[in-house]
Amino acid sequence: MKWRNLIMGLVAFGYAFLYIPVMLLVIYSFNESRLVTVWGGFSFKWYGEVLKNESLLNAAWLSLRIATVNATFAVALGTLAAYSLNRYRRFRGRGGFELLLAAPLVMPDVIIGLSLLLLFVSLEQLIGWPPGRGFTTISIAHITFSLAYAAVVIRGRIGQLDPLLEEAAMDLGAKPFTVFLRITLPLLAPALISAWLLAFTLSLDDLVIASFVSGPGSTTLPMWIYSSVRLGVKPEVNALATLMLLFVVIIVLFSGRIFNRKR
Amino acid sequence: MIRQLRQGFSKIYRGWGRRLGIGLPYIWLIIFFLLPFLIVLKISLSEPVLSQPPYSALTTFSDSMLQIKLNLSNYLLVSEDELYLDALMNSLKVALVSTLLCLLLGYPMAYTIATVQQRWRHILLMMIILPFWTSFLIRVYAWIGILKPQGILNNLLLSLGIIDEPLTILHTQLAVYIGIVYSYLPFMVLPLYANLAKLNQNLLEAAADLGARPVTSFLRITLPLSLPGIIAGSMLVFIPAVGEFVIPDLLGGPDSLMVGKLMWTEFFSNKDWPLASALALTILIILVVPFIAMQRLHQRYEDRDS
Repeated sequence: MKWRNLIMGLVAFGYAFLYIPVMLLVIYSFNESRLVTVWGGFSFKWYGEVLKNESLLNAAWLSLRIATVNATFAVALGTLAAYSLNRYRRFRGRGGFELLLAAPLVMPDVIIGLSLLLLFVSLEQLIGWPPGRGFTTISIAHITFSLAYAAVVIRGRIGQLDPLLEEAAMDLGAKPFTVFLRITLPLLAPALISAWLLAFTLSLDDLVIASFVSGPGSTTLPMWIYSSVRLGVKPEVNALATLMLLFVVIIVLFSGRIFNRKR
Repeated sequence: MIRQLRQGFSKIYRGWGRRLGIGLPYIWLIIFFLLPFLIVLKISLSEPVLSQPPYSALTTFSDSMLQIKLNLSNYLLVSEDELYLDALMNSLKVALVSTLLCLLLGYPMAYTIATVQQRWRHILLMMIILPFWTSFLIRVYAWIGILKPQGILNNLLLSLGIIDEPLTILHTQLAVYIGIVYSYLPFMVLPLYANLAKLNQNLLEAAADLGARPVTSFLRITLPLSLPGIIAGSMLVFIPAVGEFVIPDLLGGPDSLMVGKLMWTEFFSNKDWPLASALALTILIILVVPFIAMQRLHQRYEDRDS
């Protein structure tokens, strides 16, 4: 019984540890006082400040555009990777492919960021593309690591598909491409949506890689947040963080509904 | 005849589908993930110069002489200068201790999720996954307000009379540990849970029937069988933690220099691209061994499953 209590205590502590910091952040975003950790009354003041801040809104708009492009490409490439690894059991370079697909999941951000920047600089010297750094280079960098995450999510689902459905379509004379389009993709839809959303939020969250591969004039939302919190806690950032959390909760609830309906 | 023709066509189709399916993501990763490392290697062997971009060319061609100049001083500096050695050792230490702390906290959590009733399991699991979706930067930032001298934690402890003067936690190594464990805990819990959920309950029942006490059957059955989960979770925490930048930068202080932050400083503040490249490759070489080990284990696991 003593063991049980210890385990329960650790579990409760673990969950409290995961959730209390974020809850405090949300509570203090409604704090009137500029001294962030002293309660000065309830107020929406800082939310007003967020919506008035032009550099912040520009950064948010850039981040949303990059996240959308990133998620779309990452899911397309991730689907191809997951599908090939599941269907074509043996091909030359399979081991290398698996390795390249797993490495971005654990590779430290600073290394991905630096290496991609050096690639872009060398390419620009060599062939003149990409011209400067900004939207395109950040998107490419994000696609590179997001596609690995997308492939993980989609592989989990492909493994569960019933191969009989595809075989039946083939037997009825459908070409492989048609089968992929009409049978496989629709069955994968829930996984594709959650992979898309995951890639979207990963891109929206990345500070380190974007800092390396962005150029002058292209500040993403995490870069804006980082430069304003480096010197301490700001009430505007608390309000912004709460808005972002709200956005995520809505996305998660939405994707949860899609899953339940499909089931 | 027509039938044969159609089959022939579909074979060609299939070949193309296959080539495209494997080729597109493969080529993307080779160009944007593998190739860059070769360029990092090249630039780590060059000299910093005041130009745009700020590194020298390795090869020069003049008077019909092709000269290749490899500058090893960056690596010598990294391997001899105490600043870099300290940062490397400290990063490994912080990553190792954080991994153990994550394991200590994450194992009971994963075990509980795997053994509670179905109804609770979904909720508890969802609560582990949810932080994945929320901004990492913002979750680290939340700790600044809690840990700083006039922060929420100190205010609470002061008002309860537990301490007389504020504790200094922010900008110390302790804050880095808190930040890393907090951020990477879900990466430990998820693979552990996936492993423990597959555990064959018959084994535990058999042990109980044979008179083993719960603690014994945990130590002799559950723990050894969950080893693959422990290793996978540990690698998912350890590898990225070694190169972590955001946490030591926002929460750490002068006593908690880590190699990821050092690399960032060399690159952005000192504009020394060759040295930053040499540091990046050093981290990479250190991390290759645990990464390959993780991949091997994963592969063996997959092969056994299928």
